Amino acid sequence: MDILYKVFIEPFVFMGEAPDLLIQTLWEGLVSGVLYALIALGFVLIFKASGVFNFAQGIMVVFAALTLVGLYEKGVPAFLALILAALTMLVLAVVVERVVLRPLVNQPDIILFMATFGLTYFLIGFGELIFGGNPKEMITEALFLPQGTTELDMLGGMVRFQHLDIAAAVIASIMIGLLAVFFSKTRIGRALRAVADSHKAALSVGISLNQIWVIVWFAAGLVALVAGIMWGARSGVSFSLQIIALKALPVLILGGFTSIPGAIIGGLIIGVGEKIGEFYWGPLVGGGVETWLAYVIALLFLLYRPQGLFGEKIIERI
Amino acid sequence: MLYREAGQFKTNYIADSAIFPLRQDRIGLGLIIVAAYALAFIGNSFLLQAVMIPFLVFSLASIGLNILTGYTGLLSLGTGAFMGVGAYACYKLMTAFPEVNVIVWILLSGFFSAAIGALFGLPSLRIKGFYLAVATLAAQFFLQWCFIRIPWLVNYNVSGALDAPLRTLFGTPIMGPNATPQTRYLVVLTIVILLTWLASNLVHGRIGRMWIAIRDMDLAAELMGIRPLQTKLLAFAVSSYYCGVAGALLVFLWYGGAEYDVFNINQSFFILFMVIIGGLGSLIGSFFGAALIFILPIVLGIVLPAMLSPFGLSVGADVIEHLRFMIVGALIIFFLIVEPHGLARLWQIGKQKLLVWPFPY
Repeated sequence: MDILYKVFIEPFVFMGEAPDLLIQTLWEGLVSGVLYALIALGFVLIFKASGVFNFAQGIMVVFAALTLVGLYEKGVPAFLALILAALTMLVLAVVVERVVLRPLVNQPDIILFMATFGLTYFLIGFGELIFGGNPKEMITEALFLPQGTTELDMLGGMVRFQHLDIAAAVIASIMIGLLAVFFSKTRIGRALRAVADSHKAALSVGISLNQIWVIVWFAAGLVALVAGIMWGARSGVSFSLQIIALKALPVLILGGFTSIPGAIIGGLIIGVGEKIGEFYWGPLVGGGVETWLAYVIALLFLLYRPQGLFGEKIIERI
Repeated sequence: MLYREAGQFKTNYIADSAIFPLRQDRIGLGLIIVAAYALAFIGNSFLLQAVMIPFLVFSLASIGLNILTGYTGLLSLGTGAFMGVGAYACYKLMTAFPEVNVIVWILLSGFFSAAIGALFGLPSLRIKGFYLAVATLAAQFFLQWCFIRIPWLVNYNVSGALDAPLRTLFGTPIMGPNATPQTRYLVVLTIVILLTWLASNLVHGRIGRMWIAIRDMDLAAELMGIRPLQTKLLAFAVSSYYCGVAGALLVFLWYGGAEYDVFNINQSFFILFMVIIGGLGSLIGSFFGAALIFILPIVLGIVLPAMLSPFGLSVGADVIEHLRFMIVGALIIFFLIVEPHGLARLWQIGKQKLLVWPFPY
């Protein structure tokens, strides 16, 4: 009975007693959820348009951030470095389409998945060769990202809001909004959606698949750059960011591989669930549950909806 | 010239459906096994310790994952954790019952990872494809967390690491600091050969056909009377058994001691590389994949400095390491473009060409 009390009653009592801590935890969960969603968005963009499960998204985040910081350290002004980093992602998109995707068109999914592994290895080696393997500081000041904290009196306690976190949430929301408008209102966006629906039908109405692939990989690269700046500002730019990018995977399966709103809501659920679980239930089992809780949450959701919350219903025929 | 089908007539169905229908193939296989055993006596300890033992261990793990991913079509990213379960189970068993021969415990420890594997395989009935891959990541991270947080698994020792105690077979040390690479190599080789033979019989028999039917289309297989739940769970269990044994061999006969970190997510990816590069649904492909992915970086580490030095480019060890990553990545993409079905298909094509050589067909 004692254990049942500790699992089912005590955490909620604690939540009720200290609502300020609850709000703090929720806020932190929401911020990391938005950032998870941002990484997951990169996966969704590429998966929708080319059916490739792009494992290299994580390393693209690191690579983009490294390029930005590396260029800045070599004396390039911050905003020029930002543009150059974006251009690097464009070059990467063109090269990937030309060298990896085009020869492998029509191969089984797992082969393309494997090819993105090869890309990951290549980018790890390339990034370390050029910029060195040491962790770097993100150039928050040069990019005019706010710093410091605001403390608000709330519900009988203090709640801290890092300015950087607020900025991250705002920028990520703007980015997601822009992408949504881009997808639904522009000509290219319509072409992207057509490709996502059916490659063959899109080809037959004159949409160039190769062009579309470059565009989505570039868009995913830009998303990676923004995610890299935000994560980098929070926890430094190093190759261990890649592990954080793996957290985008449960977000993806929770929301469904093909859905942009799914990626956002999945990100928020995972982010909040993880922080709440770690803070209130983690101590029961010795802490550190953050490493696997996200995956278990996603797994439980999947058992009820195998296609994710917003994924397209999987219809199988013989 | 020597490799010809001509003159070998089959007079019964058993001979016709043999795994190696050609006499030359059977002789070749025998020669390879003899050569592998002979290597223990002529190879130096660097070759045995740093190349051959890990190559065999990774081959065994690849066979395990190949049963799941290649034959049954279930993508798994939890291989590293299942290897870990085998290693920790083996450690607990052999420290609790030191009087029983350690080979027995190595082979039995696989059953523990088989049970855990079957448990984490349960979602596979509802979840498919990449969704399943992410679900197996839950196993990977959860089990790795268990390895760190449960001190009982390492008998409450302070370092939290597994270490290999001294164990003997017929009076010769095969495990622990006194065991020579030679004896450890012989033990690993024998276990790998036996388990490969077992796997070959499994995948060519009724069970293997069930797995392949599930892989090709599970709905159709179900309509034909194959029970998807039992078949998929069996694949998970057998696959995890192989991974578990490989994990026990990895820690106790190769490293001679390890921490939880050996069984991290990168290990899972590493084994998956081997399976895909070697060839999905091919046992010999598992060996090719392990050879390419494991031995290639070693060779590059030796060859690259030698290749660069004539140009007056003496580069540091870290640059070599980065170049190695880049080359391995580029080669993975290159091999996939040249032959998406893996090295096993190249081997098959080569043999087919050899049969009709010097004519094109």
